[in-house]
Amino acid sequence: MTNIPETGRTPRVQIRLVMIQILVLSLLGTLGGRLWYLQIREGEAYAKEASGNHVQQVVDPAPRGSILDARGVALADNETRLVVSASRTELLKMKDDGKAVLTKLAGVLGMKPKDVMEKVRLCDAETPQPCWNGSPYQPIPITDEATAKQALQIRERAEDFPGITAEPQAVRRYAGPGGSNTAQVLGYLSPVTDEEITKAQDTDSPYLRSDQVGRSGLERQYDKALRGKAGVTRYEVDNLGRVIGEAEADPAQPGANLVTSIDARVQRVAEYELNEAMKEARKQWDRNTQEQYKADAGAVVVMEAKTGRVVAMASNPSYDPNAWVGGISAKDYKKLTGKSSNYPLLNRAIQGQAAPGSIFKVVSTAAAVQAGYDFDGRYNCSSAYSVGGQTFKNFESQNHGMINLGRALEVSCDTVYYSLAHNEWKKDGGINPKGKPKDYFYKAAHQFGLGKETGIDLPNEVTGRVPDRQWKQNYWKANKDAWCKTGKKDGDYVEKIAYENCLEGNKMRAGDEINYSIGQGDTLVTPIQMATIYAAISNGGTLYNPTVGKAIISADGKQVTEIKPKAHGKLPVSKQTLAQMDDALEGVATRGTAAWRFGGWPQDKIPMHAKTGTAEVYGKQTTSWFATYTKDYAIVMTISQGGTGSGASGPAVRNIYDALYGVSDDGTINKKNALLYQPQKKLPKIQADGSIDSPKVGKDPAKKQRALQEGTPENNGADGTQQGATVGTPTNENRDTRRRRQGRRRRPRRLP
Amino acid sequence: MTGANSFQVSGYGPERAGWTRLFARDSLARRLDWPILTAALALSLIGSVLVFSATRNRTEINQGDQYYFLLRHLLNTGIGFALMVGTIWLGHRTLRTAVPILYGVSVFLILLVLTPLGSTINGAHSWIKLPGGFSLQPSEFVKVTIILGMAMLLAARVDAGDKPYPDHRTVLQALGLAAVPMAIVLLMPDLGSVMVMVVIVLGVLLASGASNRWVLGLLSAGAIGGIAVWQLQILDEYQIARFAAFANPELDPAGVGYNTNQARIAIGSGGLTGAGLFNGSQTTGQFVPEQQTDFVFTVAGEELGFVGGGLIILLLGILLWRACRIARETTELYGTIVAAGIVAWFAFQAFENIGMTLGIMPVTGLPLPFVSYGGSSMFAVWVAVGLLQSIRVQRPMSA
Repeated sequence: MTNIPETGRTPRVQIRLVMIQILVLSLLGTLGGRLWYLQIREGEAYAKEASGNHVQQVVDPAPRGSILDARGVALADNETRLVVSASRTELLKMKDDGKAVLTKLAGVLGMKPKDVMEKVRLCDAETPQPCWNGSPYQPIPITDEATAKQALQIRERAEDFPGITAEPQAVRRYAGPGGSNTAQVLGYLSPVTDEEITKAQDTDSPYLRSDQVGRSGLERQYDKALRGKAGVTRYEVDNLGRVIGEAEADPAQPGANLVTSIDARVQRVAEYELNEAMKEARKQWDRNTQEQYKADAGAVVVMEAKTGRVVAMASNPSYDPNAWVGGISAKDYKKLTGKSSNYPLLNRAIQGQAAPGSIFKVVSTAAAVQAGYDFDGRYNCSSAYSVGGQTFKNFESQNHGMINLGRALEVSCDTVYYSLAHNEWKKDGGINPKGKPKDYFYKAAHQFGLGKETGIDLPNEVTGRVPDRQWKQNYWKANKDAWCKTGKKDGDYVEKIAYENCLEGNKMRAGDEINYSIGQGDTLVTPIQMATIYAAISNGGTLYNPTVGKAIISADGKQVTEIKPKAHGKLPVSKQTLAQMDDALEGVATRGTAAWRFGGWPQDKIPMHAKTGTAEVYGKQTTSWFATYTKDYAIVMTISQGGTGSGASGPAVRNIYDALYGVSDDGTINKKNALLYQPQKKLPKIQADGSIDSPKVGKDPAKKQRALQEGTPENNGADGTQQGATVGTPTNENRDTRRRRQGRRRRPRRLP
Repeated sequence: MTGANSFQVSGYGPERAGWTRLFARDSLARRLDWPILTAALALSLIGSVLVFSATRNRTEINQGDQYYFLLRHLLNTGIGFALMVGTIWLGHRTLRTAVPILYGVSVFLILLVLTPLGSTINGAHSWIKLPGGFSLQPSEFVKVTIILGMAMLLAARVDAGDKPYPDHRTVLQALGLAAVPMAIVLLMPDLGSVMVMVVIVLGVLLASGASNRWVLGLLSAGAIGGIAVWQLQILDEYQIARFAAFANPELDPAGVGYNTNQARIAIGSGGLTGAGLFNGSQTTGQFVPEQQTDFVFTVAGEELGFVGGGLIILLLGILLWRACRIARETTELYGTIVAAGIVAWFAFQAFENIGMTLGIMPVTGLPLPFVSYGGSSMFAVWVAVGLLQSIRVQRPMSA
């Protein structure tokens, strides 16, 4: 048995041993090859996967910046609420996935366990709301309305509530200082949509799933600045999601604060006075329609005349912007967007358009001067003007004799403008012009900035409409089929109009230009456009882009970006004409159509200028327009289906001026009572820590102002027995209007 | 030579006391296979570093002592080394005489596992808890016993010069000897160990020169058995699941996918030189389960990269290459069979272990020899190294 020589080994075994050796080495070779494949060839892909594996982002939302009024009073800020949140990763570590803890929590919060669990589940294709669509590594809010007692219960028994936190968090609040609302100007927030996330992914301000985005108003316009930048901390986590190290941290950059030119007190006064005026108008009897005025909507703009900055902007009907906070309920949403509430989300100051009526006459006056008519020439203010069988009557068929253009403005004499417009129409070649018509009256409207946005820093401004030849052509093309179908030569009023339109709706007819010259017909303007124009007349002719935002101040207060007033044009009038128009508009306030509303006004100290307008809409009640200005402010108010310009809107505008300047009803000026004797020039003071000083605002500046003004217990409400002049067309598509005389004007009660 | 002789201390050369034999000049030191010893030691030390990296942050298992596993791994290596020395001192031939005792003890121990004394770790009921936090996995020792026992039976007649190859009866006896403990281990169930044993039996049969029919027959039986296990679901479903997702399936219900995926990510992300020792994010983040034992290779792959992983494979290659040489060069069939059995064992277990971390083999709970943490495995492989050394030391010097 011993010493068997090596050569004695049987070849079979030896061969097999070699086979084993080869097999073993090839197995190891396989391992080596596979290792090379994984680490060298595919290494990068796996490295990427590994880094995605162990790095998780935790988002620290940036507090949204506040929206402040001109003096620093917060219109929109963040309120601290006790938010109870659950950490999913912690819950999942429990044996029952945290069900017991959530049930206990539901008990403390007084919620149903099912509701709590639904809030914590992750959204996916098959999970309906409520569910969490943010990062699963983010604490998931369960309620933002926990009481201090509930929060204390949760915190004190932390061992009973693993993974549950109760912490104060910032939630948007629309403070409504002094009872102001400012709803449509501020806008609202709602959660970001998937689409927006995808869209903004590669921009410099990507959205987070939990983000709230400004949907309208300032919240939308300045969303990027207000939103700030959320902080992202990248944590290295282990396989259970436990943090084992901090990889990278971008601290949250709080959103910047937006200082606006709004003055919360004036805003309140404007809102209050608008609402009061509308309430008062509804008490008045409309003789034309034989029912009370509906006064279904209204708007008022208070603008700094020299800068175009908006001091107050109110739209009625309105709503409570806080309804959007924390997610709007389906019921509230229906209410806010329904027809029955008359669309309170609309900001009628920039989105409501109506025929301007006589406040348009400043445009016509400028056009007449451009066309070569002497401002101080003599023009016949007859009681009626006839063209081709149609008679266009003057207001109340009054006859003022031969007057100049200034006086025509003062007394709002329609027939003067009829004849001028008709003359120009004839000069341009009548219904079939040869060559290029001059169209002074239409060009002037464009030069005044009508028919296009003013460029205000609020979203979705509408353009209004200048019914020039181009527009008529387009409109006819779009509608002629319908007109030709329904039109009847001997039908009722609507059918007759349709018939006429079918035949020659694409042409500028004499009646069109005549109606247009006094702001009737198809002309549409927005309150902000008119405010811009009257501010321009006040400031020497500069048409400013209205602005609400005044400055963006970074959260730390170190960076202040002022939003400077920008002009978009000059009024097409000479200095001399402008001065003449200015005189005439002062005359309106002192001895013209608005004089009865400015009884006792300290005209020598604060020269007041005004123009009234009452526009008629076919099938509706008249639209009240009132455009006014001093050297500091321009105020334009309109009330749809509200009556006459001075009648419905007059007292409200007067009250706003009283509040601004501290004027009592007896005409004395008490600067102490003045809310804003001069426009707020300076920005609010910024403290070293970035906080912004804000003065206190009284409980209700509007009521206080009324009390201050009424040295004598006289009611400043609208004098509703007045019936107005001028006619209008406020709805978009209603062109079937004709100048009609209506109503009768009584003597104003309070003459200067 | 009678059969009884094979149970005697079979000396070659003059009978000498163990100690003198070990330290005799010009004998032991020259005859020892240094590459194998170096490779085994290097693997054990690399293993200790990798085990340390994988466990230093795992407070839930290291009892707050980050060196707990490192020290124990080193202790295991030391004990293993001592066992190797003891094995060399005894010599594989002496052990041949002890096979009945070893066999009896092994079978007793694995039977003990099936009693309530046994405990389940990671789904395998293959452990005996010992006092002091130690536990024993007898199936590791069964591997050695099967090699020694089968070699004893198969080589007896051949080494006696009676026959050129083992006859059918001997082969049957040898298979029967292996089948008993394998059946018990299968009951545990420890399918991974059974797989290794099947491969050991194949290697032993091949090296013994047994008829090709036996080898082919066993191969096809193994193949059919394997297919039956996988496809026909002869085993309970949970056993298959356990087989597939052996290592701690609790962490992820998706089991297999999770483990292999994380293991592959860990290794793949290592690149050429790795993230650096203790810098592997997959390792630090404990994304790979059982990283100090079955998935220890992923630590090397992630933190030491292709260089480190390749080094482990290379060291295993050196060890196996030398072991194959020992098998070929020893003159007695007994030594050849033992060496070949050890080669089959190490090679398959290393291939299966590394292969599963690389995603080319199914996941089973087999340790990587020398590198994985675990006392029983460490002791068994060092005993095997001792056997290899003994075979080499005791081979006749080429005259």
